[in-house]
Amino acid sequence: MIYNEEFETLPREALESLKLNRLKQVSERVYHTVGFYKKAFDEVGVRPEDIKSLDDLKRLPFTTKQDLRDNYPYGMFAVPMSRIVRVHASSGTTGKATVVGYTKRDIDVWAELMARCFAAAGLTSHDIIHNAYGYGLFTGGLGVHYGAEKLGASVIPISGGSTKRQIMLLQDFGPTVLCCTPSFALHLAKVGEEMGVDMRTLKLRIGIFGGEPWTDKMKAEIEKKLNLKALDIYGLSEVMGPGVAMECIEARNGMHIFEDSFIVETIDPKTGQTLSPGEKGEMVFTTLTKEAFPLIRYRTRDISQLIVEPCKCGRTSVRMSKISGRSDDMVIVRGVNVFPSQVEEVIMKVEGLEPHYQLIVERQGTLDTLEVQIEVSEKIFSDEIRKLQVMEKKLTKDIKDYLGVIAKVKLVEPNSLQRVEGKTQKVIDKRKI
Amino acid sequence: MKVEQISIFLENKPGGLSLVTKTLKDANINIRALTLADTSDFGILRLIVDHVDKAKKALKEAGLAVGLTHVVAVEVPDKPGGLNGIIEILSKAGVNVEYMYAFIERSGQNAVIIFRFDQVEQAIDVLLKNGVTVLPGEKVYSL
Ligand SMILES: [Zn+2]
Repeated sequence: MIYNEEFETLPREALESLKLNRLKQVSERVYHTVGFYKKAFDEVGVRPEDIKSLDDLKRLPFTTKQDLRDNYPYGMFAVPMSRIVRVHASSGTTGKATVVGYTKRDIDVWAELMARCFAAAGLTSHDIIHNAYGYGLFTGGLGVHYGAEKLGASVIPISGGSTKRQIMLLQDFGPTVLCCTPSFALHLAKVGEEMGVDMRTLKLRIGIFGGEPWTDKMKAEIEKKLNLKALDIYGLSEVMGPGVAMECIEARNGMHIFEDSFIVETIDPKTGQTLSPGEKGEMVFTTLTKEAFPLIRYRTRDISQLIVEPCKCGRTSVRMSKISGRSDDMVIVRGVNVFPSQVEEVIMKVEGLEPHYQLIVERQGTLDTLEVQIEVSEKIFSDEIRKLQVMEKKLTKDIKDYLGVIAKVKLVEPNSLQRVEGKTQKVIDKRKI
Repeated sequence: MKVEQISIFLENKPGGLSLVTKTLKDANINIRALTLADTSDFGILRLIVDHVDKAKKALKEAGLAVGLTHVVAVEVPDKPGGLNGIIEILSKAGVNVEYMYAFIERSGQNAVIIFRFDQVEQAIDVLLKNGVTVLPGEKVYSL
């Protein structure tokens, strides 16, 4: 089902002209209301009235996470605080969090975009949504919540944590939809199994997973263990929260970006050059409808690629493929670009291994060393040292073959890697360069 | 005739072993035998306890990776050559020993050795046919 037939199936030409109009308006608005943008536009010598075509977007300056930090907490807001009805903040794994604000209208638009996501996943008002995204400063919980209510579905606002209780409610309340991070979905499956619950017989039919990069292998594993169809959702608090893009159930091939609200570009993370559709690079978003926290060319650091071919579901928007990594997660080890997602692919090929790992880069003398720590799970644990050593050796070889870099593989105890909001930190770079 | 042995994955770092012993103490579990095999990075702690299921549950809840293996407890005459006799029986029959370790308690006048075999059933068969005493689990847990 398509939630907003008019906007989601707008002919490309009409969509392009809508985007251009909105881009002109937002450029005008940020120039006059956000000090940071006035300065940034002036520095590159561009005025809002210079935007004559969508191609002129390239002339506008980028906005980075650091810019948001520099303007902490409210410096990037485009409306007075009296018009702000809510703030959220992103997880500050490094340094200060970034704070985002919403007007009443922003919340309404967000709810609608989330409702579009749910409709794209095939949900209706008959569905019961188990929402295990964290409620609070993190946008996941409330973003999903408002969208689900907008659609008219029933929400179980369980939030994160208390896994055993979640499994009890999954059995008792009979939700048909699970919303959480993919790693939490796997965690639920594992704990359920330990509790002797047959997680395949729950009423769950659809899972909407996002908030962190994941592989197709993980997707298959979640689908098998929880007996549901897993769909990918994309969003980040700076740009809005969840609901920027959503995979449709009809094609299950890439996430539709709601282009009436966001302009997407792919750029080369090194040079900042715009890439052609289909080329892999960093996703950059410009918001078109946000009042409180408009962003021009925000660099997400998420690596993906665009799919411009028409989709069989009837939506006319471009799609982005699954996030394959983070441009700032990328580490260069002895001259080789290493993405954690590549290491993850190698790990996930080993039966029974779970994607709980961490890359530790150090410099000994002049030589960089890479250590890959992987949590041992019950399934791969053997009481024979030899078997574990064979596995370590195989992983070392596979990483070398696939990434072209020598890593020391180290098995560690379950749950011993540091987690932030349920996600393991993928890279720890101890080099002081 | 098999004995259930608990194995635990441990990193070689301070506090690992004490988490195990404390968890078992809190769960009121008695350790009957214990051995640690390790490499430079990690170790595997092998345990025989009086209440296997209870111990396994407590250790899992403490967040450890726990495995269950079947081992064989053999009475060995406590005299020179006692162990050698048993090893010879096994090697003659082509039974491969993965590892073994001694049990703390005795069974009457005899020492007790825990064996881990690839082919458990076959090994038990060979031992029994050669008149070796193999102790059943219930007996071992309460020695
Ligand atoms: Zn589609």
